[in-house]
Amino acid sequence: MSTITVKVEFGGGLELLFGNKRVHSISLPSFVPADNTIAPSSPPNSETPLLAESDDPPLPANGPIPDPMKGLGEMKAKPLDVQYLMHYLRSRLLTERPELFMDGDTVRPGVLVLINDTDWELEGEGTYEISDGDEIVFISTLHGG
Amino acid sequence: MDESDEDPKTGLRTPENPSSLRLHDRSHLDHTVLVMAPMSCALCQNAKAILKRPKTGQQICKECFFFVFETEVHNTIIQAHLFEPGDRVAIGASGGKDSTVLAYVMKTLNERYNYGLELFLLSIDEGITGYRDDSLETVKRNQQQYNMPLKILSYEELYGWTMDAIVAEIGKKNNCTFCGVFRRQALDRGASALEVDHIVTGHNADDIAETVLMNIMRGDIARLGRCTQICTRGEDTIKRSKPFKYAYEKEIVMYAYFKKLDYFSTECIYSPDAYRGHARTFLKDLEAARPSAIIDIIHSGEAFELREDIKATQKQQQTCKRCGYMSSNDLCKACTLLEGLERGMAGSVITDRARKKLDAMGPAPDNLRTIPHFQSPRPAVSIQSPSQES
Ligand code: SF4
Ligand SMILES: [Zn+2]
Ligand SMILES: [Zn+2]
Repeated sequence: MSTITVKVEFGGGLELLFGNKRVHSISLPSFVPADNTIAPSSPPNSETPLLAESDDPPLPANGPIPDPMKGLGEMKAKPLDVQYLMHYLRSRLLTERPELFMDGDTVRPGVLVLINDTDWELEGEGTYEISDGDEIVFISTLHGG
Repeated sequence: MDESDEDPKTGLRTPENPSSLRLHDRSHLDHTVLVMAPMSCALCQNAKAILKRPKTGQQICKECFFFVFETEVHNTIIQAHLFEPGDRVAIGASGGKDSTVLAYVMKTLNERYNYGLELFLLSIDEGITGYRDDSLETVKRNQQQYNMPLKILSYEELYGWTMDAIVAEIGKKNNCTFCGVFRRQALDRGASALEVDHIVTGHNADDIAETVLMNIMRGDIARLGRCTQICTRGEDTIKRSKPFKYAYEKEIVMYAYFKKLDYFSTECIYSPDAYRGHARTFLKDLEAARPSAIIDIIHSGEAFELREDIKATQKQQQTCKRCGYMSSNDLCKACTLLEGLERGMAGSVITDRARKKLDAMGPAPDNLRTIPHFQSPRPAVSIQSPSQES
């Protein structure tokens, strides 16, 4: 099993929901549960050591990333995509007001997403499969004129 | 309107009746169809597309995006005949995304097309700790970056009250009523101090569509038409206009992002306006289902504008007996609100009935704090009245 590291950036006020930290480096397995479940206790993921010492919610001890698919038997897997990343960010890094970030399986309308500096609407939105080193930016348009 | 557009990206037909879906349900976009090669720009056919325009669905590259965004604002300005050469124009600058992009684009267009404008930044300091003090720092940086003179006018110097003090007095219920009335007059006074003919503000298409929706929900037909006007002007008020009237919020934010403009994006700590929040959310849901919704709503508001012109002439403008500012009553709204604050009856000056009660308590005491007298700006040379536009 391999892991993928992705740089996530928040802007336009969204960073306030994520401990007021704009840039996060996230490592996730390359295959994840197709239904986007983020295991609550035995976390499959962790933030990379470099950036882990923040006020973020308790993160698992760093170390080898366990295979989230292990023991799941028949469960369907999919390559890591933006939709899974968003679920992960919501359940692991978000500190307040989740409704300002996501709505159902996608971002709340009014939140813009860029994948490697391209509008995610051109990249398949949540279905975009993340590669190692990708940069994903979430910007709220809803704050202050 | 065509509700069954073919999605140019996937070739899928969107459902005939989008309202039967959850508004932003995108589940009809099939995963497998979306995996594709990078698209090239629909305009130059050359560079990689980086943005899907909400207005047109076109996929365009960064350079073409900058150019079409700026050119559309230029066209809006020219078609509405907003400026004359030599005009002194103040940009209402809050440090937020819209006014920051507006300042940048106004500077760019003024140079590119030789508008011959003298541009200023005008900021109002409402006196909100942790919000406006930070955003004013952004405006001060903009002043350096864009090399424009900046004037900051505070509620404190004008009214003797900061918003912090007002909220401490009246609570968080009607604070935005006070703030709105005070800001409007403060902007006019700031503009007249700068001797400008014209204030431009960063109101974008989403803001205007939202206001249209709220006026519909409130049944306020009189405001419905007026709120879509690109340029408004009272009897001797300074002209105010909205060069971003047709600019989508998404494109403004993308423009700021790609140009790496420095803006401030924190919500006002006293912002309670749940109603506005709902209208905004509803609008964003509509936009997600059909991006043209924003422009469609603005057009429907504009349809009310014509009849509004007749009404607008009916009410005679006069000046406030206390401060000289334009008013349709003896006292302008700001003086009325200020009197309520000073007499410890702020909560009661919002309605006409409460105003009568205040009057019944006798005339305002002589030692009442008042607003400095308003100096009407010199008349602008050539004014295009709103009814002649568009
Ligand atoms: S949210 Fe209300 S109090 Fe805050 S700046 Fe806006 S109008 Fe003023
Ligand atoms: Zn191009
Ligand atoms: Zn007055």
